Order: sequence, then structure tokens, then C-alpha cells
Amino acid sequence: MLGKTAAEKEVQLSELTKQQPVVLPSENKRKTKSRISKSIIYILLSLLAVVCFIPFLKMLVNATRSNEAILAGFTLIPGTALLENYRTMMEYVNIWAGFKNSLIISVLVTILSGYFSALTAYGFAFYTFKGKNFLFVFMLVMMMVPGQLGLIGFYELSKNLGILDSYIPLIVPAIASPFVVFFLRQYVQTTLHPSLIEAARIDGASEFKIFHTVAIPIMMPAVATMSIFTFIGSWNNYIMPLVILFSPEKYTLPVLMGFLKGSQVAQNLGSMYLGIAISVVPIMIAFLFLSKYIVNSISAGSIKE
Amino acid sequence: MKNVNRFGYLFIAPFWIIFLIFSIYPVALTFYYSFTNYSGSGPAEVVGLANYKRLLTDSYFVEAFFNTWKIWGINFALQIGLALVLALIFSDMRIKMRGLAFFRSIFYLPNLITISSVALLFGILLDWQHGSLNMILLKIGLISEPINWLNEPATAQLSVSLILTWMWFGHSFIVVMAGVSGISKDYYEAALIDGANRWQTFTKITIPLLKPILLYIMITSLIGGLQLFDLPMLLTDGIGSPDGSLNTMVLYLYNQAFKYNNYGYASAVAYGLFIITLIFSAMVFKGMYRNERKPRQV
Repeated sequence: MLGKTAAEKEVQLSELTKQQPVVLPSENKRKTKSRISKSIIYILLSLLAVVCFIPFLKMLVNATRSNEAILAGFTLIPGTALLENYRTMMEYVNIWAGFKNSLIISVLVTILSGYFSALTAYGFAFYTFKGKNFLFVFMLVMMMVPGQLGLIGFYELSKNLGILDSYIPLIVPAIASPFVVFFLRQYVQTTLHPSLIEAARIDGASEFKIFHTVAIPIMMPAVATMSIFTFIGSWNNYIMPLVILFSPEKYTLPVLMGFLKGSQVAQNLGSMYLGIAISVVPIMIAFLFLSKYIVNSISAGSIKE
Repeated sequence: MKNVNRFGYLFIAPFWIIFLIFSIYPVALTFYYSFTNYSGSGPAEVVGLANYKRLLTDSYFVEAFFNTWKIWGINFALQIGLALVLALIFSDMRIKMRGLAFFRSIFYLPNLITISSVALLFGILLDWQHGSLNMILLKIGLISEPINWLNEPATAQLSVSLILTWMWFGHSFIVVMAGVSGISKDYYEAALIDGANRWQTFTKITIPLLKPILLYIMITSLIGGLQLFDLPMLLTDGIGSPDGSLNTMVLYLYNQAFKYNNYGYASAVAYGLFIITLIFSAMVFKGMYRNERKPRQV
């Protein structure tokens, strides 16, 4: 991770001068000792990694085994019942439909939240208007309110607006994402210099054109960071779709998984494992390619200076 | 230059329109319902503080409160402990561990999976008769007969705690590591020269400088923990079995509202939950910063 720093070299030097005249044997012993402890740490870390991974492994293996084989005993050797399990599962639930629904909602949520949060953040950062500070502080206070607080009111509102059992209450509220606005405002204030906006104005660009051609490209890295969060959050959201949606064909993946548990599929463990695997594997593959960005965005989202 | 500031309102208007309709109005409406006996249909009759009085003496809610704390507490202690040990290992200049990126990714993976998939997966892995966990434990001879994990209050709560730890320690580890990498290397070099050992470096430099990060993890985890819902809902029968041990506050709220149609009372539960969250967040804040406010004695 780190190169050998000057200070470390210094320490070794001072050790050498302290323990005159020859220190090589003890130096060697120290190195062997640290090598052994290092190996032990690696082994423990690998064990922890295995613990993290084994439920998934078990899931993949059992997805290929028949119900009888799973009941018979534990093994990590794959079986041959994959297709059969798939057929059994598809008889009861169309998991791909849930997949598609989740994808549609999450993508739209991510786009809406990204665009409108950038718009709002820009408005807060580069214009002065009456009530600006009040609105901003009010937004921050509302950010602290847990989602469950408005759940019942939200349900009633959706009922009165006649948008229950539709995707509107799951998608449209993404336009107002206080945390994303807060994050983007911090970002755009430090990265976009007002003189750039002035220059564009002098060139005769309209305010919205400036936003689209100057501000958006500059904000893009921060928007992408937040998008990862927004997407995962929306994809994993369980309670909202559970409350809002009634028709099984509209279910998102998390709700469909809950539905799977109470259905006939639960009798067939192989199909059950396969259903879970189908909901999990694409995420794992996406993570394989995006892990660096995801990890960075978690770090960026939590460290604010 | 022409006055462009009126554009400010235009830029923030979509946000505020949606925010007022879909965030603020529902919160206010829930507040109103918490003073009524609204049942989901028909008129809502104002009953004053009756719902809140009921809440204070509701043994199910009190039970749910302690369940939530037990489950969250065990999980948080394990999660943060694990994250700190890992951070200690990877930040040590003397052992220079490799593979940080790899381990970080592997440890974080469980956090990405849809929680209902996690609940389902563990539901069958922990199954009494056919679950893999019991099969493994029986095979290697650790237990002589299968343990009914999800059917005993203590093991059911422990299971949820451990699943949460499994899901979240990687996330905490990443955040802690990000905090560690923000600490100036000079401190560590100075400590190295002064002959501080690993433990001293960790407790005297890393932990104090990580305080804001630890506070952040604690608050977000606490808020998330108090809202625990999906796992208890999906692991057993959805009403907190066995023996009410998996009845969390939000699960109670959900069932009161959408199962028993007590919208008024459920709204009071929501506000009770909110007040509890506020109180504990404030306490964490105070606890973390109390020592710094006192004048230092020499």
C-alpha cells in the first residue's frame, strides 16, 4: 500500500546505530516473525472472506440440485436439476418481470434524482434570493426525518390521488432528494467558479443553457457518485413498493422475493434457491465491474470536510 | 448586468413542489392522524392524546423497543469491532498488508444484495431440519441435534444480529478506512520514531482522529437499526414470531397500519419512533463530544 517512507528508513538506521556493532541476526528474526504473523493475518482474512461468500456459494450450488438431494444432505458439489428447478419456479412466479420492474423504477429514480438535484443544488449555490437560507436549512432538517414517519400519510395521499398500485409514487418523489441536493451543492460550490458562469452570460447563453452546458458537465462526477447510492437504495427498497403495489405483475424484485416465500415455490427448495440466485447474481456481476466506483462513492458519501 | 436571481426560484421550484407534496404533506398528515382514530376508511375522529397514552403503556411496543435495541446493539458491537480490527490491520505501516481493494470488495458484497433476498436465503440456510447450517454443524460434530434457530427467541434475535453484521461490517470497514486514509501520515511517522507500539498508535492516534467518522457510522447505523423491518418481516411469519422476539418497532407500525387498519394508532407509533430516534441521536452526539467541551486539566 505505502512505499517505504523516509521515516521508516530513518528508524531502521537509528536501530542500526543503536544496536552496534552487528545486528543482522536479530534483524532477521524480526523479519521472520513478522512474516509469520503476516501469514496468519492473511489466513484469518481469507477465512472471513469465505464466511462472507459461503452463503452465496451454497445458494449457487443448491440452485442446481433437486429438492430431494438438498433434503438428503450437505454438499458443495453442484447437481443437475438446474433446468427443472427453473421450470418449477417459472410456473409460479415470473422473476424476470420483477427484475424488469425493479430496473425501470430504479433507472428512472436515478435519472430524476440526478437531474433535479443538480438543478436544485445549482439554484441554491449560484443565485441569491429571498428565503434561500431558510429553505436550505429547512431542507436539511427534513433530511433527518426517517422515512417511516410519513409512511401512513404517504399511503393516504397516494390513495386520494388515485395513484396506488402504480409506479408514480415510487418514482416521482425522487425529484426531491434532500441528501443528494446537499451533497451536490457542496460539490458545485467548490468546483465551479462563478466567473465561468459570468463568462457564459456575457457570451449570451441563457440561464438554462449555462446550467446544461457548463454546470452539468462539471457536476457529473458527483452526480455519478450519488447515482450509485440512489440506484442501490431504490433497488433494495422494500417497504414502499410493499405498501404501494398490489398487483403481482407490478411487483418489484424485493416484493416478489417476499411473495416467493409464501407461495408454492417454497415447497421446492431447489427452485427457491434458484429464485434467490437469479435476484442476486446480476448484482454480483455488476459489482465485479463497478466495485472500485462503488467503494469510492461510499467513502465520498461519508467523509465530508 | 441584468438581474438573473429570479432564476433561482425557477431552478429550485421542481424540487420544492414535489418535496411539499410527497415529503412534507405526508409527514404532516401522519401527525394529524396520530391524534385521530382513523381506520383507513370512513371519517377520522379526533381523539386527542389517546393514541400517545396508549403507546406509553403498550407492552407490545415496549417489547418491540427492547427487541430492536437488542438486535441492533449486538450487531453494532460486532460490526464496528470487526471494522476497526480490519482497519488496524490494513493501516499498519509496519506489516504493509496487500490486497486491501480485494478484501474490501468481498467484505462489502453482502451489503449490495436486496435485503429480501438475504432474508430468504438465510431463512432456508437456517432452517431447522433441512438448513445447511445445521447440516454442517451436525457433520463436523459441533452439535448433536439440530438447533431450531428461528424458533427460539434468543437464537432468532441472535440470527438477525449476525445477518446484519454480515451485511454491514464491510460498509463500516470502507468508511473507517476512508477516515484512516485521511489521517496525516506524519502522526504515524512521529509515533514510529517515538517508539510507540501498534496498540498505542491505534488508541492514541487512530481512534481519537477517527471520532467524527465513528460518530457518523454510529448515528447512521442507529437510525437504520431503529428502522429495522425487512429482515424480521421476512425471516418468520411477519408479525414478530417466535414469541414476539422479532417484533421491531417499524414492523409493529407496519402491522398496526396495514394489517389491522389502526392508522391513527400506527401514526402515533411513527411519531414515537421519531422521538426515540431524536433522543438517542442527541445522546450519541453529546456522549461523543462531552469530553472535548470540558476545559482540559493539566
